[in-house]
Amino acid sequence: MSESQKIIEIEVLRYNPESDKEPHREVYKVPFSDDMSVLQGAQYIKDNFDGSLTFRWSCRMAICGSCGMMINGIPKLSCETFLRDYYPNRISIEAMAHFPIEKDLVVDLSGFIEKLESIQPYIIPREARTLEQGEYIQSPAQFNEYIQFTSCINCTLCYAACPQFGLNPDFIGPAAMALLHRYNMDSRDGGAEQRMQLVTSEEGVFNCSAVGYCSEVCPKHVDPGNAVNINKINAAKDYFLRFLSPKGGSK
Amino acid sequence: MSKRRPYVRPMGGWWKKNPFFVEYMVHEGTALFVAAYAVTLLVGLVRLGQGEAAWNGWLEAMKSPLSIVFHLVLLVAIAYHAITWFKLFPLTMPPMVVNGKRLEPNVVVGGGWTAAVVVALGLLAVVWRIAQ
Repeated sequence: MSESQKIIEIEVLRYNPESDKEPHREVYKVPFSDDMSVLQGAQYIKDNFDGSLTFRWSCRMAICGSCGMMINGIPKLSCETFLRDYYPNRISIEAMAHFPIEKDLVVDLSGFIEKLESIQPYIIPREARTLEQGEYIQSPAQFNEYIQFTSCINCTLCYAACPQFGLNPDFIGPAAMALLHRYNMDSRDGGAEQRMQLVTSEEGVFNCSAVGYCSEVCPKHVDPGNAVNINKINAAKDYFLRFLSPKGGSK
Repeated sequence: MSKRRPYVRPMGGWWKKNPFFVEYMVHEGTALFVAAYAVTLLVGLVRLGQGEAAWNGWLEAMKSPLSIVFHLVLLVAIAYHAITWFKLFPLTMPPMVVNGKRLEPNVVVGGGWTAAVVVALGLLAVVWRIAQ
């Protein structure tokens, strides 16, 4: 370590379910170089100060969506956030907001996984197709309808940005709705009617009050807030169409 | 036995933690000023229905210094509400595609403003003609 080594203070919200009643903050002085991410800062703490510091990470290049955390109160992927941008100020890191803390920076995502499952995230064909009928044909225009919503990496930063999810953890939430919308918009899919029940349910889109911060923090520009709000319109259409057509609307 | 004990953080004061949420709350709060103005106009309509004396009384009340201050406050609050409301357009509207290309968010917001200004001017022209 050279004498000109820069040192940044990283304040971490620690929580050990086996010994702590509630989370507390600990500060670590971390030597860093300009190419070090916040994730590498956390790794430095784990390797040199406290091996029990717990956090999720994998790819280090904003693809896997594992390393999300609150960085100075803002939901970010820690692998693509750099310590140099915060120096010389202290940087605070905390587990993603609105989720229960499992340990240190790790949150309980089981609720989110259940939501992902509930939206039926797969193509539900309109009708049975035989092999002889060949592959589905899709035009670039049809492809453009949904491609944006396929970019989601399930990092759940949008949930950490959504106060309505914080207030009601049952809310299906931005990322799951974006994926639901992705399949509804796919020309090969015919499952929109089945999924509508969830869209209009107590847990559905009307929990959203258009705060819009979810789309702001999304590292992949999925714009999940737009998916939620478009489905408010779809839900309203569905509601009124039910009066006009006995077949229209959800079950 | 499981050692799990997930900790749920309290939500109290959530909107103070982020400038984005503060803007959201002020936006939602200023809706009350829009409602207050609607009630003011509605009272005017009711007074109009009660006859000339009542209507003139309402007009006089509108001219009082207190009423002018009230209206200035309303103007500021409603302007803020309008600006932040139009800002939400790209979030709340389905994507608009022109010639196979999706419109940029600022174009969508600009389109909303243009439509609002055109409608407002049109309404003003109609009222102007009736008043002539």
